[in-house]
Amino acid sequence: MTQTQSEYEPSAIEHARRSFRIQRKRKSTLVAIASTLLFSLVVAIGLVSTPGWERVTESFFNIEVGIEAFPRILEGIWLNLRVLFFTTISVVVFGLLLALLRTLRNPVFFPLRLFAHGYVDFFRGLPLIIVLYIVGFGIPGLRLEWLGRIPVEVLGTVALTLTYSAYVSEVFRAGIESIHPSQRLAARSLGLSYGKSMRLVVLPQAIRRVAPPLMNDFVALQKDVGLISVLGAIDAVRGAQIEVATYANFTPYVLAGILFVLLAIPTVRFTDRISAKLAQREQSGSAL
Amino acid sequence: MTDIDWSKPRLRATGIRKNYDERVVLGGVDLEVYPGQIVALIGSSGSGKSTLLRCLNLIEQIDDGQIWLEDQDISAPEVDQDLVRQEIGLVFQSFNLFAHLSILDNITLALRHVQGKSKEEAESIALRWLDRIGLADKSHSYPDKLSGGQQQRTAIVRAVALNPKLLLLDEVTSALDPELVGEVLELIRDLKQSGTTIVMATHELSFARDVADWVIFLDKGVIAEEGEAVEFFRNPREARTKEFLARLSGR
Repeated sequence: MTQTQSEYEPSAIEHARRSFRIQRKRKSTLVAIASTLLFSLVVAIGLVSTPGWERVTESFFNIEVGIEAFPRILEGIWLNLRVLFFTTISVVVFGLLLALLRTLRNPVFFPLRLFAHGYVDFFRGLPLIIVLYIVGFGIPGLRLEWLGRIPVEVLGTVALTLTYSAYVSEVFRAGIESIHPSQRLAARSLGLSYGKSMRLVVLPQAIRRVAPPLMNDFVALQKDVGLISVLGAIDAVRGAQIEVATYANFTPYVLAGILFVLLAIPTVRFTDRISAKLAQREQSGSAL
Repeated sequence: MTDIDWSKPRLRATGIRKNYDERVVLGGVDLEVYPGQIVALIGSSGSGKSTLLRCLNLIEQIDDGQIWLEDQDISAPEVDQDLVRQEIGLVFQSFNLFAHLSILDNITLALRHVQGKSKEEAESIALRWLDRIGLADKSHSYPDKLSGGQQQRTAIVRAVALNPKLLLLDEVTSALDPELVGEVLELIRDLKQSGTTIVMATHELSFARDVADWVIFLDKGVIAEEGEAVEFFRNPREARTKEFLARLSGR
């Protein structure tokens, strides 16, 4: 019977090494705390001692104005959330579709491939705000009676989808191309068709691999939904703007900003967790 | 040992040619494989062994010649290649197990999605095979948790579970640590006992002598010499063959 690790008594040298490591760790923790405190203190003193500090706190961090403006901003962020929900779904669908079109090799699909290529180039280059204006004011301007009056949040969702699908499709494509050809070869040699080997073998591995950059794009999307305010949708940003005009005070903007950050934190944490888990899986055993 | 049915070849290939641009990889190869027979392909790296196996599985498109699987001309352009490939299993040097699937799911994937078997039926077939190779307790492990030998045995079982008419093995022991080679060869021996028809490219000459019925020596894309296994190794006729055998056994 071999001894288990918990029964094993380390040598004196190992004991010395361990206590040295503990001491060193304690020391660096203390240094980190001290430098953080010092840095915060310098920044705080620097800010408070500026000549305009009092006026800035009054117009950006006014608690009464914040409380007054809060309901409207909250109502606005609910609209942002709904737009985010539908945009995310349509971006995943269209992004994946574009990526798949670009991987098709059969000459028959050349026009589709060309379209996907052109689309991705075009919408990655075009500023989102211009897409919003063109879609938001261009489509209603066509006066298509049978469509009725399209709500601005729908137009905003369409514009965001157009732009973000282009980015996300590139992430998907990179994932698909990162899967070693031997995986597809193995699938085909078992008799799986092109479509099935893509769906059952390549895509599951590709999506897992690109999860972190994909989530990053969705964090970016989360704050860009605030841009639908340029179309006149009463979202958190637009709501804040109205309140700013009412009170002649900038606090509502700060409040809306804080809400957007709070909204992003769960997604960001989730992304970090996924990345860490993947990294652990791929380099299990190594400490570096 | 199973008896070999010499009446009708399981696979027949004539005049197989394959070029990569200007380079001729296969310069007209003829091949006949009979039911229950094991054919060993030997030859140095670059002699065209792997390419020949890939052509037979239709993973590579041939540039001339014809291939018949029993009565069907599988080199005809209108043939459904996916249908043919499930009849001809191919196992690779680098295993190529699906990294995102458990051992069990690696085997059931094609049973379910190519042969249309139910999940239960596919799993019972897969578990029977895993039991046979002693890996039943690993059925829910992922490929990266298995040794090379275990991965390669799983890859072979993944192909034979589809009950193919022909099994192609492409240097299946070449990427393994020496102490893991034995367990894979043992499985191939076991498959021969149960009558599987196999064409294998290999560097394991003593194994080829023990297990193969027929040996083909490929040199620069053509068959330099072929013959009944024991006789081939005892009395090689061609100078090239003698030189190759001497070089390998002299290692």
